[in-house]
Amino acid sequence: MQVEVSGSAVISLLVDNESGALARIVELFSGRGYNIQSLTVAPVDEHGHTSRVNIVTTGTQSSIWQVKTQLERLVPVSRVVNLTAEGPYVAREMALVKVVSSGEPRTEALRIAQAFRARAVDTTASSFVFELTGSTDKLDSFIELMRPLGLVEVSRTGVASICRGPQTIQNF
Amino acid sequence: MTSMTGSTTLNAQTTTTLPGAEVLLRALVEQGVEVIFGYPGGAVLPIYDALFKQDHIRHVLVRHEQAAVHAAEAYARSTGKVGVVLVTSGPGATNAVTGLLDAMMDSIPLVCLSGQVPTPLIGNDAFQEADTTGITRPVTKYNYLVRKPEDLAPAVHEAFAIARSGRPGPVLIDLPKNITVGDAPYVDAGAVTPRTIRMTTQPDRAAIARAVAAMKAGKRPLFYTGGGVINSGPQASENLRRLVALTGFPVTSTLMGLGAFPGTDERFLGMLGMHGTYEANLATHDCDVLIALGSRFDDRVTGRLDAFSPGSFKIHVDIDPSQINKIVHVNEGIVGDVGEIIAMMIEEWEKQPAYAHKAELEAWWAKIEGWRALDCLRFGQDQAPDAVIKPQQAIQRIYELARQTGRDTYVSTEVGQHQMWAAQFFRFDQPNRWLTSGGLGTMGYGLPAAVGAQIAHPDALVLDVAGEASTLMNIQELGTIAQYRLPVKIFIINNHYMGMVRQWQELLHGSRYSESYSDALPDFVKLAESFHATGLRVTRLDQLDATIRQALEHNGPVIVDICVAEGENCFPMIPSGAAHNQMILGPEQEAVSATISKEGQMLV
Repeated sequence: MQVEVSGSAVISLLVDNESGALARIVELFSGRGYNIQSLTVAPVDEHGHTSRVNIVTTGTQSSIWQVKTQLERLVPVSRVVNLTAEGPYVAREMALVKVVSSGEPRTEALRIAQAFRARAVDTTASSFVFELTGSTDKLDSFIELMRPLGLVEVSRTGVASICRGPQTIQNF
Repeated sequence: MTSMTGSTTLNAQTTTTLPGAEVLLRALVEQGVEVIFGYPGGAVLPIYDALFKQDHIRHVLVRHEQAAVHAAEAYARSTGKVGVVLVTSGPGATNAVTGLLDAMMDSIPLVCLSGQVPTPLIGNDAFQEADTTGITRPVTKYNYLVRKPEDLAPAVHEAFAIARSGRPGPVLIDLPKNITVGDAPYVDAGAVTPRTIRMTTQPDRAAIARAVAAMKAGKRPLFYTGGGVINSGPQASENLRRLVALTGFPVTSTLMGLGAFPGTDERFLGMLGMHGTYEANLATHDCDVLIALGSRFDDRVTGRLDAFSPGSFKIHVDIDPSQINKIVHVNEGIVGDVGEIIAMMIEEWEKQPAYAHKAELEAWWAKIEGWRALDCLRFGQDQAPDAVIKPQQAIQRIYELARQTGRDTYVSTEVGQHQMWAAQFFRFDQPNRWLTSGGLGTMGYGLPAAVGAQIAHPDALVLDVAGEASTLMNIQELGTIAQYRLPVKIFIINNHYMGMVRQWQELLHGSRYSESYSDALPDFVKLAESFHATGLRVTRLDQLDATIRQALEHNGPVIVDICVAEGENCFPMIPSGAAHNQMILGPEQEAVSATISKEGQMLV
């Protein structure tokens, strides 16, 4: 048997906005031993009947195929698209990053924040809360840079994703 | 997320308002429900009251909620209808969990109605409250908590559609007491568009053409059929028979698929897998085209994966897309109803150029006949009149004597050695006659399953081939059997051991029989009598046939305690972690098992 390489994938779902739908999805991952790196969920249609769920998962190509087919079995799930496999897509997340420092590290933190186009959404004499939106990689490197500069707390949203071009999740 | 909204689409409707319990029953009647297996309790009293006031639906009172589910499973499996279960909140629902998972694993269509505390009390740790939808989410195909009266009727209609569509399975509807007491609008099934619509797909004709081309190119082909053929309905079994007659290919079946193809047909090689026949397993290993029809490459079938049918072109037909390439990589996967797809394969077979490998197919059959000649199910029964009965002898004679009655026969089993022997020795000519717990392996399945089958087929002969340990797990159902005067015949193959546990302990754990001896067994004859049934016991070979006949001829329920040899093992056996061509055929080869690797021992 050939050894398959593991990678990450962004899976987007449309689900009926009903009680227990999210639990079904999450329990499917835990019950079958799949991995969730991040998960976002919010209603996306005008009546609030449909929610979009974005899941970043890791696994081999065949295990991610399994994740997709298993998700498709769930009654409230109307659409499952593996954006990573289907072509170019945009994936963004937002982070709130709290840095507590003074003197040179504080100045350095502000300087790096400007370079990353992070906004200081809260400022006190001893702290900043930066808001930063971008790819997961960009957020990761910003947080790494803040670590020696007084990083004390991070809050991240997880990934929201959408395919590029005129195509939509409905017509895959 | 918010509560249930717009989950089902409602079409134009005229509204009738009734108490919730009556709405529920009316929806059940509209869905064609004739029988409910259940057990009352506080939270479902309004439903029981509504049942009392009507005569469309018959309620069968079981003695434990797990048994209600198994009985409904057997009812469903033997009729092709959806089985219906009614249990109360809390312990009623938790007792049903094992049965629901059993139905899930074996793809049995069920609707389980559970009571729930009134919605204002949910979350307050009220008396007999359980988070039933939370507990049953992983063991059902779908479940509902009906929070609003207007969701009740649509939920019931959709539940039936979900249970029976695609790959069938159990659906649970949790019914808070205020919903069943309070008024609710009734809507017809026709006014509800179930969400199953968006999950159905048409079979891919091009894939079927490629699959048939591969079959035409096959020199050593083999059909490997499963429970999907049974679930697809009797027409699928008919189609399978036609396809086999047309191609002349050999057929093997999974445990769940027995009866889809006649067990007595010479093209049938018997069951494959861990306790499958020598010829079926070697054919699976050596074939060049493997056509999986409604089967799912379960670990009990495949054995060691990297040695499973290593050289074959694999075709997999399944209604559930997630099963394709799940365990074994296949060359051609076809999603859809297996009965329909077999019909399309027949069309395609007749359309494509004639099969050009008749000589090779004959050579393949000659090879198979060579394997078959080994007679892998043989066993050495001492023929002395007072000889100890071998369990295989008992099961073979139950089969042969039941067949001699000429009656339509349904067979349920418990789980263990007796189950595997029954699978090996009973040759079913029709689908829906074999009721066994395959995927979950639930001890205690057989007795309530016999109840369900006899309720569904009052004039048929219903047998439960049982083990003394398994059957004690739901022995209380003798009460149900007595109450409804169900003439089921329970044959207890009594070897005083949890036989399969004992076998594994002998083969894999140095004959250390840790806790597998059935100590302090009841006197099954007296037990039968105390439940108003007939009890028989047989201990010697010369009385076996007469006792079995006596049981089969009796017109009421019978328990036969067949005292058999204690140390018998079920063969052939593919030891865990081994390949199909590494079977242990009999006691003379048991030493092989001593060489089983640590990895093999870790497998269940």
